[in-house]
Amino acid sequence: MQRDGHANGHREQYETREHDVLIIGAGGAGLRAAVAATEKGLSVGIVTKSLLGKAHTVMAEGGIAASVGNVDPDDSWRQHFMDTLKSGKFLNNWQMAEIFTKEAPDRVYELEQWGALFNRTPEGKISQRPFGGHTYRRLCHVGDRTGLELIRTMQEKVLATDSEIYMETTVTKLLKKGDRVVGAVGYTRESGKFIHFKAKAVIMATGGWGRIFKVTSNSWEGTGDGVVLGYDAGAELVDMEMMQFHPTGMVWPPGVRGLLVTEGVRGEGGLLRNSEGARYMENYDKEKMELSTRDVVARANYTEVQEGRGSEHGGVYLDITHLGYEGIMKKLPTMYEQFKNLADIDISREPMEVFPTVHYTMGGIKVDPETCATNVPGLYAAGEVAGGLHGANRLGGNSLSDLLVFGRRAGEGAAAFVGESVHSVDIEGDAVRTEIGRVLEPLEKGGEGESPYLMQQELQEAMMEHANLMRDGDSLKEGLGKILALKDRLPNVRVGGSRLFNPGWHTAQDIRYLIQISEIILRTALERKERRGAQWRLDFDGPDEELGRINFIVTKNGQGETGIERREIPPMPEHLSSLFEEEKAKA
Amino acid sequence: MSEGNGNNPGNVTSRAHSPVPNEDLGKSGGTAKLKIFRGDSEGGQEVEYEVPLVEGMVVLDAVLAIQAEQAGDLAVRWNCKAAHCGSCSAEINGRPKLLCKTRVEEYDGEEIHVHPMRAFPVIKDLVSDVSWNYEVSKAIKPFQSSEQAPFTMYEEDVERLYEPKKCIECFMCQDVCHVLRTHHKHPEFAGPRFFVRNQWLEMHPMDEADRLKDLKEDNGLGFCNITKCCTEVCPVDIKITDNSIIPLKERVADEYYDPAKWLMRKIRGG
Repeated sequence: MQRDGHANGHREQYETREHDVLIIGAGGAGLRAAVAATEKGLSVGIVTKSLLGKAHTVMAEGGIAASVGNVDPDDSWRQHFMDTLKSGKFLNNWQMAEIFTKEAPDRVYELEQWGALFNRTPEGKISQRPFGGHTYRRLCHVGDRTGLELIRTMQEKVLATDSEIYMETTVTKLLKKGDRVVGAVGYTRESGKFIHFKAKAVIMATGGWGRIFKVTSNSWEGTGDGVVLGYDAGAELVDMEMMQFHPTGMVWPPGVRGLLVTEGVRGEGGLLRNSEGARYMENYDKEKMELSTRDVVARANYTEVQEGRGSEHGGVYLDITHLGYEGIMKKLPTMYEQFKNLADIDISREPMEVFPTVHYTMGGIKVDPETCATNVPGLYAAGEVAGGLHGANRLGGNSLSDLLVFGRRAGEGAAAFVGESVHSVDIEGDAVRTEIGRVLEPLEKGGEGESPYLMQQELQEAMMEHANLMRDGDSLKEGLGKILALKDRLPNVRVGGSRLFNPGWHTAQDIRYLIQISEIILRTALERKERRGAQWRLDFDGPDEELGRINFIVTKNGQGETGIERREIPPMPEHLSSLFEEEKAKA
Repeated sequence: MSEGNGNNPGNVTSRAHSPVPNEDLGKSGGTAKLKIFRGDSEGGQEVEYEVPLVEGMVVLDAVLAIQAEQAGDLAVRWNCKAAHCGSCSAEINGRPKLLCKTRVEEYDGEEIHVHPMRAFPVIKDLVSDVSWNYEVSKAIKPFQSSEQAPFTMYEEDVERLYEPKKCIECFMCQDVCHVLRTHHKHPEFAGPRFFVRNQWLEMHPMDEADRLKDLKEDNGLGFCNITKCCTEVCPVDIKITDNSIIPLKERVADEYYDPAKWLMRKIRGG
């Protein structure tokens, strides 16, 4: 415990905790990183905004993609690699995709080694189901609660290490010494007490930012803290314009709008129909139909509703009744309960109503494929907060294996960095106290001000209107104007109550991240003048060949403004490019 | 790279302004009244709130609407809002409930009193301190196998493990269990949640660790007198008493109260 001096007029006690590696986020990536770093004998601290085991990983339903070839022996990492790049419209970092598809099977086996239980094939192997855009049946799964199995397994694995877990703790700033990240400032949500974390390396594993949209499958946590903390610390971001709209979110009743309906429903043979009873996917992707990639199915669902062929509550119909009650309870029990409890719908007897919902962020912090290092020394990133693997559209099931493959690599990368480091993690000056003063402002400034909740709603509505799955230049500009106006109003946010578990105060922190990310998304979406994957500009006809070789890299420039750089994607080496050439030759 | 083939948005030529769901949809004109505990470890009292009733509204919707519009500092835990994560456990009219799964209309004509879980110390409003559960979890021997994955296991070998594996750690079974709630045996008793975990570990065909001694001596399995309160509140329908606790009790009994085994232990000095 350190006692104060004065800075910014603020007198404040705070605690200081030191670890070799500080991991921010306790979803699949953060927990896997913790296992890797503790295996190297390092002291690890894990910070999570929620309780352990509640991170968004728990919501993943359909499965984990890995080419173990248990039901389709012809599958291979090469085919998984090709599927991943095709779905990402070749904006993917191919080196990440190669590492990912080669290592995913080992990460699945490792889960099993640690106690995870998957459904079995008749031969006693891990069962695999089909999913959109995957050539073979590739998703290892347990019913429709694979994410729960993954996070519980990882949670129990981490509890058996001596990692220290800071539950319900929020990080608000990364601390730097020179170029290096040497720790962070955070506070415990329960008490409102501040902590100065000292660490030689910090791993960002904070997940995505679906909460910038009103209709989303994401929980309150998905506010993109990590991407903004990294950006503020100088990290490069990549592909920020690419937001995934999951084709099937619930639409009714209003309280559950946006809640995820697993792609596993379509994997198990679910059919999409419009109000005229037509299987309209034949107009959008005749070959793959319901199992086309998410960007295509989401646009199809959206278009059917927009053109007046929607369901009663503005969705389309997803029908799984052919499985019958027994089949559904075996393959999709969670979906059955979800619809029965929340919507009074028996999905074994009637179709579901679904509509696209914001689900995932392909873009994020740019990392080195081998080590997950960012361009900022001491800062690492893995999982949804990192960008590059998925390009312009993520395949279902690739997220869970992403968490484990790159979570492990980030943990090992950070551990290697710590091993080679002798630098001090002490910081000079008032950085901690200045940050504490800033964070406390909305609580302590007093006077009339704006509600963070209402400001968040306003932002979410603006993003729904202007940055949805169909975009155009004028509307994006209008949206940017609205977000910049919100940015100007940010200092007016005020909250009542004490520091003790005060969600209003917590939301006042989140809103800064939401505004910054929205601005970045709108600016990069304006730059990508084409239709590619999740970025679909109505004011341009199709894909642009030149833009197909470009990633947009975002950094905070010297003036504190958003700088956007066009960066060429390096050509694929022969052993990878030949895969596509061979396929073309065969066709 | 075949982009734009067959998935052209057709005649959607209007500007990219997307439909924002209509806020008034589903509003019935009625209101929901909730009496919510406001306070902390020092004490507190119920405060009454009223919110517009929306079709299909769950208690969590009402609490979040109150938080956004009337009481910005009202503390409540939630995450998935789909009964998959087990964060929003609290007590409604004295019964443990997931706030996200409990419809307001279930209480038609009744008052709705919302309180934090009682078996744990209150932090603030609807949030209680459940950290003790993670300490119990940490003390349980993790899965351990000398076999190398991938394992060969058949559906019939593992079928019965799917049920305990469904647990979402809402801790409502812990909250309702009188050994904890009334008798405060927290230091000596692991609680139903962790018997569920022990059950799948013990029954996993590849696991090699032995937890029976821990169950008997550290986890206080004997304190449970199988009143099935835990089973009744489980939001994912785990038959905790019948399928987790009783089989574990039988295994402990076989191990410790079987005369032949008792003799063997004496001889081996176990």
